[in-house]
Amino acid sequence: MTSRRDFLVLACGALSGAAHAQLPPDIQAKRKAAAEAALRKVTGGAELRQGKVKLDIPPLIDNGNAVPLTVTVDSPMTEKDYVKAIHVLTEKNPQPNVVSVHLGPRAGRASITTRVRLADTQTVTAIAQLSDGSLWVDRVPVVVTLSACLEDGLI
Amino acid sequence: MARTVVNMPAQAKRGEVIEIKTLAGHIMETGFRHTERGESIPRDIITQFVCTYNGTEIFSADLFPAIAANPLITFTTVATESGTLEFKWVGDKGFTASHSAKLTVV
Repeated sequence: MTSRRDFLVLACGALSGAAHAQLPPDIQAKRKAAAEAALRKVTGGAELRQGKVKLDIPPLIDNGNAVPLTVTVDSPMTEKDYVKAIHVLTEKNPQPNVVSVHLGPRAGRASITTRVRLADTQTVTAIAQLSDGSLWVDRVPVVVTLSACLEDGLI
Repeated sequence: MARTVVNMPAQAKRGEVIEIKTLAGHIMETGFRHTERGESIPRDIITQFVCTYNGTEIFSADLFPAIAANPLITFTTVATESGTLEFKWVGDKGFTASHSAKLTVV
């Protein structure tokens, strides 16, 4: 049985929730700017090359709250030629960074797996920074049916 | 202390690449959600994960709110010598967790 007090609390919550759900009009521009800033921070404005990196993520995602994601980089992982860092970025999450890992020649293989949250249908980007300073990228478009952090005003 | 799980072989040949799966129990609250009253829920996530092999850092990861709850991190390393692998998670609100595992190289 819902008491009058419970009902009022719920009603107020629903109202303010609805207010949050309304996206600010310039959200697209803000998101884009944040994604570009994050990309610049990772790359330092250097050129990104296609290839070497393989981002493995399901193309159709039922639940955006836990999406398995694997990044593999084609590298011999020797003292002279290895992967220094792998960054994963998104374009439409409230915050563009997902994960940054730092490896070395002792990793043996440049391959990492984790589980991520995705807020929307979007393109996921994996960037590998090699020991010679070159940057390699793989971009994968994904469709998300149930978004993570649904009630948020930012997404 | 949070529950942590590390899955890796206990024994490996010298030079073999071993896969290490790590998991830490954590809600990974994003800081982007609100309560039913509209108050924002503060961020509470694991921000860093570090793995050391006999005292040398071999792998580290910076985590962001986009990592799912109970962060799973899988990576690889070359079995160079017998010893201990130490895993450490650090997060918001003074969260720390650690785990150590022995590896025998034959």
